[in-house]
Amino acid sequence: MHGIHDIGGMHGIGPIAPEENEPVFHEEWEGRAFGLFGATYVFAGYTVDEFRHAIEHIEPAHYLESSYYEHWLFAFEALLIKRGIVTREELDARVALLRKEAE
Amino acid sequence: MYFPNEINLSRDGHRGKPVNPVQILEKRGNSMPVPHNAKPESEPALRVRALEAILAEKGLIDSKALDALVDTYEHKIGPRNGAKVVARAWADPAYKQRLMTDATAAIKELGFSGLQGEDMVVVENTPEVHNLVVCTLCSCYPWPTLGLPPNWYKSAPYRARAVSDPRSVLKEFGTELPDTVEVRIWDTTAELRYLVLPERPSGTENLSEEQLAELVTRDSMIGVTKI
Repeated sequence: MHGIHDIGGMHGIGPIAPEENEPVFHEEWEGRAFGLFGATYVFAGYTVDEFRHAIEHIEPAHYLESSYYEHWLFAFEALLIKRGIVTREELDARVALLRKEAE
Repeated sequence: MYFPNEINLSRDGHRGKPVNPVQILEKRGNSMPVPHNAKPESEPALRVRALEAILAEKGLIDSKALDALVDTYEHKIGPRNGAKVVARAWADPAYKQRLMTDATAAIKELGFSGLQGEDMVVVENTPEVHNLVVCTLCSCYPWPTLGLPPNWYKSAPYRARAVSDPRSVLKEFGTELPDTVEVRIWDTTAELRYLVLPERPSGTENLSEEQLAELVTRDSMIGVTKI
């Protein structure tokens, strides 16, 4: 099955530029995103395979431009919305509220 | 329970700074407070906070369990685990034999097993062969022995070039191999995880296993560097 994720051998992709002494999580939200997998997959009833599949369906340009844990976030939202556990409206409303609180 | 029982929480997989778990737990709660004087939160940060808060309010997740998961992989499970496996293999030929025959079982002997390391294969570097591990499709990586992968391992450049131009990849990490050395690239699958057994450096005959483990770097167990 093809997709942007099937990137082995692709040309024109720039330097690796590894970071020295890289932290496990660059931001706190990345850690929370990591933890959310373990916290959600059992009750939501999805497997790692379905999770990867959701990531593979990220729109190609967005896949390349977004960070690793943003991919996870995308997958959580897609899988949990698909299962009717949360709605897009609920998430958007909460984000708007949190953004307002932060101002 | 939110994650498998097999994760060994008691091993010190990291050389990281000590953390105060009470501090982390005190920060958590359903309202997820925003730190004062912080730069504006990014969109992903807001979305993660929103998601966690909503799921916690619905009683579907326990934020404290999430805290434990984060703490485990940030501070407890990491490449010091894999270093112990390598050092044991260097010091004990019988163990090395078991490691090459059934890596999953041999790694489990040292107490490392479980999540994202259920099926392990160890590939040995020799003067003639140098091994390199990648996951071209995503980020599969042997968590029990190496912890979570670095960003570069999960990113497009490494995933794209490791399989087609490994020597230029190695060069970016400061590793140059003679043309006579064969480079083998292992593309990780969803079910299998690879760990590189680096060559033991010369002049280490008198070192203890603990001292040997100190020499082993994370990058050498992925295969982008030699020790």
